[in-house]
Amino acid sequence: MTPTESFAPFLQRLAAADLICEQQAARGLAPAQLVAVQAEDWGRLGNEASVWGCRWVACWGEDVADAIRISACFEHAGAYLVARTAVPRATPALPSHTPSYPGADRPERHLRDMLGVVFTDHPDARRWTRHQAWKDSEYPLRRDFPAAGRPPAQTPADHQYNFLPAHGSGVYEIPVGPVHAGVIEPGHFRFQAVGETVLNLEERLGYVHKGIEKIAEGRDAGGLARLAGRVSGDSTVAHAWAACMAMEKAARVEVPQRALWLRALMCERERVANHVGDIGAMLNDIAFAFGFIQFARLREQWQRVSREAFGHRFMMDCIVPGGVGVDLDERFISAMRDEADALRKQIGKLMAIVNDLPSVADRVRGAGVLKPEYAKALGCVGYVGRASGMNFDVRRDAPYPPYDRLKVAVPLHHYGDVNARARTRLEEIAASFDLIEALLAGLPAGPIRAGWGAPAPGAEGLGLVEGWRGEIMTFVRFGEDGRIARFFPRDPSWTTWPALELLIHDNIVPDFPVCNKSVNGSYSGHDL
Amino acid sequence: MDSQLIAWVLAAAQALLFVAAAPLLAGWVKCVKCRLQNRAAPSVWQPYRDLAKLLKKRMVLAENASWLFRAVPYIVFGAMLLAAAVVPLIAVRLPTAAIADVIVLVGFFALARFFTALAGMDIGTAFGGMGASREMMVSALAEPALLMAAFTLSMTAATTNLSIATEYVLQAGLVLRPSFLFALLALAMVTVAECSRIPVDNPATHLELTMLHEAMILEYGGRYLALIEWASQIKLMIYAVVIVDFFLPWGIAREFTAAALAVGAVAVTAKLMLLGVLLVAWETVLAKMRLFRVPQFLGFAFLLSVLGMLTHVVLETGG
Repeated sequence: MTPTESFAPFLQRLAAADLICEQQAARGLAPAQLVAVQAEDWGRLGNEASVWGCRWVACWGEDVADAIRISACFEHAGAYLVARTAVPRATPALPSHTPSYPGADRPERHLRDMLGVVFTDHPDARRWTRHQAWKDSEYPLRRDFPAAGRPPAQTPADHQYNFLPAHGSGVYEIPVGPVHAGVIEPGHFRFQAVGETVLNLEERLGYVHKGIEKIAEGRDAGGLARLAGRVSGDSTVAHAWAACMAMEKAARVEVPQRALWLRALMCERERVANHVGDIGAMLNDIAFAFGFIQFARLREQWQRVSREAFGHRFMMDCIVPGGVGVDLDERFISAMRDEADALRKQIGKLMAIVNDLPSVADRVRGAGVLKPEYAKALGCVGYVGRASGMNFDVRRDAPYPPYDRLKVAVPLHHYGDVNARARTRLEEIAASFDLIEALLAGLPAGPIRAGWGAPAPGAEGLGLVEGWRGEIMTFVRFGEDGRIARFFPRDPSWTTWPALELLIHDNIVPDFPVCNKSVNGSYSGHDL
Repeated sequence: MDSQLIAWVLAAAQALLFVAAAPLLAGWVKCVKCRLQNRAAPSVWQPYRDLAKLLKKRMVLAENASWLFRAVPYIVFGAMLLAAAVVPLIAVRLPTAAIADVIVLVGFFALARFFTALAGMDIGTAFGGMGASREMMVSALAEPALLMAAFTLSMTAATTNLSIATEYVLQAGLVLRPSFLFALLALAMVTVAECSRIPVDNPATHLELTMLHEAMILEYGGRYLALIEWASQIKLMIYAVVIVDFFLPWGIAREFTAAALAVGAVAVTAKLMLLGVLLVAWETVLAKMRLFRVPQFLGFAFLLSVLGMLTHVVLETGG
């Protein structure tokens, strides 16, 4: 079924509801289909999409001369729809999707902070990405805002952010962060607790805002690929791939088969490395140091092979527009196969020890339950979604090459606790081993990089990649001379950070670290 | 007069040795732990280096720290120093043993804990209060178990004085007393809880939200932190030595000759090393338990010590 067909009933439904939407051709956005709607119908569109069962993926805006163009992406049964509208630059007001999609809350606030679009019926008037580094009358993504910004000599303290208050006898607040112990990124967590039970958790992110969307403007294709590889360092491969996919679609560049297979190989290696490391980190958070050390060792050995084969432990900058930057030497094909077998055995042995421990089971079972209805409401992707019944994986449901020729096993769990997320990730490791084997066996010969030709000004492209955290959606638009006019990467963490707030309810405060680690949202990918 | 003087000198030397050796025990535990996890281990002398580093460091105090916050490290260290003086390490019949008995020893621990909890709350951070609340929860449950185990042992020895009780066990020889087994288990469990070891607390964690003991002392640094860390190391050593004295006292010096003292020193070193290995093995195979399992854990320890007491009354007192 083509995307046009799968969204046809939805478009008929919109027509029946007198919601005018005009289908537009947008080759670069494929497999997504593009429709234009009136600004005043924006909220109704969200409502209809929600009723019809679409998942809300992302929204982003572009400053085009006298208007601000807003796009939102929806997904339904593996098909994607991009809806687009425009509001006048002078009065950029638009109905919100948040009443229909709770997951749209922060993305819309981000859009408001960055472009000044006012969402009229948005339930939360507080800023999100903006702390105090720029004024509330300034919008960094507008054309007239300089890339370097206009930073004050000293950034004022950001203390006027109203957290949801809690009252009652015995209720107290625990502010945690933004600077944490250990080597992790900054983010603030505000707990309200009674005794040890968490009543409410509110996150305050944005501390690692790097202005990625702004500094992408004016880069060439190679520069954008490098920048995309730094959206979130631990998923550098997936983000670089998504950005390159978007640029290649916009520029209509045909990527050689060998390059695609190598990209998938790197992406699966990245997935294995992160899952292995995180399972160890979860064990560390329940003070089972033996497991932590062993999994950390396995991850490090795995990454060293990545370095030998591709020149970088995280395989940063290995994916370039038009292909890949490094070819895989023949000798690594059998070596990587043996390595995957060895790692599979080692993980099996370790998990036999871990599974045998009641003290571990007691900590992870029933802790941090994300109910399937919450996961659905927030549109959670990746292992967080799949541990709570969200049966979706881009590699299987909207396959991009080379996954269209491979069989991708997608684990699914429904209980949504820490244990389910850990199981999902272990099963994903196993699935990745199978994929790595298939990728190595079927690796086509040929060139690894196609010539790059700058696309026409205004060309746009959409990249959809299943990174290790889940679906990454990247939008790219080119401007003059093959320079980037707009870059928007939607990291899966946008969907899982709000999930963390929900799944921690009624858990005890000391269980937060392991719950957090089982979700492991990216601060950097979210703050942009 | 002379022997009296020698006894006091020896007692003072023993207390100093106790305090000086405590970081070594902590270093040993850390070293064995690393080995058991297939990691390269730091030297056993590392805790000394850490303490030396902390003692040299400048202190940063919170603006709202009161005199209490500044006094607590000395109170805690002082309490542990006194407690260490009471416990026979390499010789019994030392005059310091008469200063205090087991119950006062428990009192010293309670005193140190009470003031640590106050210091945790004094600063006014959420972590301090949270840690104080958790520590109090644990100690309220651990203390009865500890006291009950101590009573069981004291009833057998007919004294609460540690030195005399140790001698009693030595004289009685190797007798299998079920009450001692129960008390040993209870005491071991209390040791784990009171010394902030896995599965009750994790001394190595950086996660503030999961901390018990560490959460209270987060705001300390420099010399104050050194004193508190050192006091914790002494505390672990006291628990270990008390276990050794009650259950495995053989080798301890009963007369003040050089040979006997040397034997005593070697014996206690070997026994502490063994206990350290056992502690590490226990910590390696367990994950930390959920906070609200701790009451069950300590409730079980209390139950064991009550069973020990009952066993003693029913089986071991000649009827």
